[in-house]
Amino acid sequence: MELQLSDTMRTALDGLSDAHGDQVVEIRQSSSDTFVRVKRGAIVEVCRTLKEELGFIYLSDIFAVDRFTSEERFEVVYNLVSLKDRLRLFVKIRLEEENPEADSVYELWPSADWFEREVYDMFGVRFRGHPDLRRIYMPEDYDYFPMRKEFPLLGIPGSIELPSTTPDTE
Amino acid sequence: MGIESAMGEGYFTTKLDTLVNWARSNAAWPMPMGLACCAIEMMAFAGPKYDAARFGSEVMRFSPRQADVMIVAGWVNYKMAHAIRRIWDQMPDPKWCIAMGACASTGGMHRCYGVVQGCDNFLPVDAYVSGCPPRPDALLHALMKIQDKIRTEHSVMLDT
Repeated sequence: MELQLSDTMRTALDGLSDAHGDQVVEIRQSSSDTFVRVKRGAIVEVCRTLKEELGFIYLSDIFAVDRFTSEERFEVVYNLVSLKDRLRLFVKIRLEEENPEADSVYELWPSADWFEREVYDMFGVRFRGHPDLRRIYMPEDYDYFPMRKEFPLLGIPGSIELPSTTPDTE
Repeated sequence: MGIESAMGEGYFTTKLDTLVNWARSNAAWPMPMGLACCAIEMMAFAGPKYDAARFGSEVMRFSPRQADVMIVAGWVNYKMAHAIRRIWDQMPDPKWCIAMGACASTGGMHRCYGVVQGCDNFLPVDAYVSGCPPRPDALLHALMKIQDKIRTEHSVMLDT
């Protein structure tokens, strides 16, 4: 399908193709948003170009998608915003099911700290170069990744401890 | 000065239990444990329109040492459960607990891995309030139920 791009978005995507044309796997649109999928090793360099040359200075969010039973099971999505041109661009990478690992964009956006911790906590995707990759929502000794598709909605019984009902004083 | 002028000098006789229970039931100070949307309704319960002061319960105490009734208002997740239980343990006896709303009572719509499916899994709950969120008058009703419960307790001494 022909892409419906605004002039500013076309300029941005052309700039991205000029710099990293061989790293871009796919460009598609959905619900008037634009998605660019790049090779997983190129994410930091692509983000650096987008931030420093094309105006996408604001990292709005990082989240992941579990494409359960598909090839390259995990997808990490970076939600970038250009405040100058009022554009929103989603950059995606796909990761293997075994040992999913991506490069951290913390050096570009310190706000990636908590976003990447959340993706790690919920999906088990690790980020190389993250300064402090700990769980953020679930208890630190928790063994599971709750947003993976095979995880039961009600959790694993007994996997999180409830407080003792015997008061400390007794 | 007060009652003597109306009824003359004299005596009232009553049971110590009744007297103590009357005092306790009309001074049930809540420990607000506001965790979610129910907490907003709980604030209205203490505010001027619904006016928990009519029942002696307007004194929301943010120190567990000074509270009698814990109102668990909102959904309880597993991490928060430990803090709630600690505060409950710090409250002096006798104490009572209200599970306010569907989430605190049963987990409510949060039927998922992170939320405790009812705070009675780790607290002894005296009154459950239905609703999502319940109106402040429903919470007043729970408070009155607790008052009824306090008034029928045999706490000080057993009748022989």
